[in-house]
Amino acid sequence: MTTITAQATQVYSIFIRATPEQIWEAITTPEFTHRYFYGTHLTVTPDAYQSLDTDGNAMIDASVSEFEPPRRLVHTWLALFDPEQAAEQASRVTWEIEPQEDGTTLLTVVHDQLEGAPKTAESVAGGWMYVLSGLKTLLETGEPLAG
Amino acid sequence: MTFWSRNLQFVDDDQVFKALADPTRRHLLDRLFERDGRTLTELESELEMTRFGVMKHLRVLEDAGLVVPRRQGREKLHFLNPVPIRLIHDRWIDKYTEHRVAALADLKQELEESA
Repeated sequence: MTTITAQATQVYSIFIRATPEQIWEAITTPEFTHRYFYGTHLTVTPDAYQSLDTDGNAMIDASVSEFEPPRRLVHTWLALFDPEQAAEQASRVTWEIEPQEDGTTLLTVVHDQLEGAPKTAESVAGGWMYVLSGLKTLLETGEPLAG
Repeated sequence: MTFWSRNLQFVDDDQVFKALADPTRRHLLDRLFERDGRTLTELESELEMTRFGVMKHLRVLEDAGLVVPRRQGREKLHFLNPVPIRLIHDRWIDKYTEHRVAALADLKQELEESA
């Protein structure tokens, strides 16, 4: 079996039956994020990105470069929960929120600038799918993903 | 589980299954899995198929949400979007295989330990 190096630019997109405002709130406030984002309490403001686990430890080191509610959010990404990833270069995460004419919203997450962060690239490849499908389930049903 | 496509028509799992039911389209997804963010010209060079044929297949993949086109400068790059496959996995694979596979894995471990 050949080993595939995880991609330096990764794109994840998902349609969610919710408004852009609901999605924006769900990705920037801890009351929502702890229910689908690996239990982390996330608070995103124009000046800061704070990601804490239930014990109050910082999970991600990030700075916010674009903050345009409810359409666009850009921040850096350095995972602190894993020493190997923490030693890598910071990468970048872009959230694009596009309302559709049918009342659904297309959410696209682009995680790029991962050239200097192969461990992170490998780790987030499965991570974003888990996070986004959990977010969709939470917003559409009011319940976190089972199991 | 439903999924809504970019061109606003209602899409359900059928569209993803249909997109995956063609060997050329699966081949295109495999090429993108190996290296993501490719142009039509690059993808076309690896297939014995006309440019128009590749475009048609890419369009089906885009409509099913499996490929996301993004502009970068003057180029249109195609990215693999694994989320619809994940949703199908959650809905159709996990549900039916989890317990049975776990039971077989336990059995294998027990037999091998006692051997």
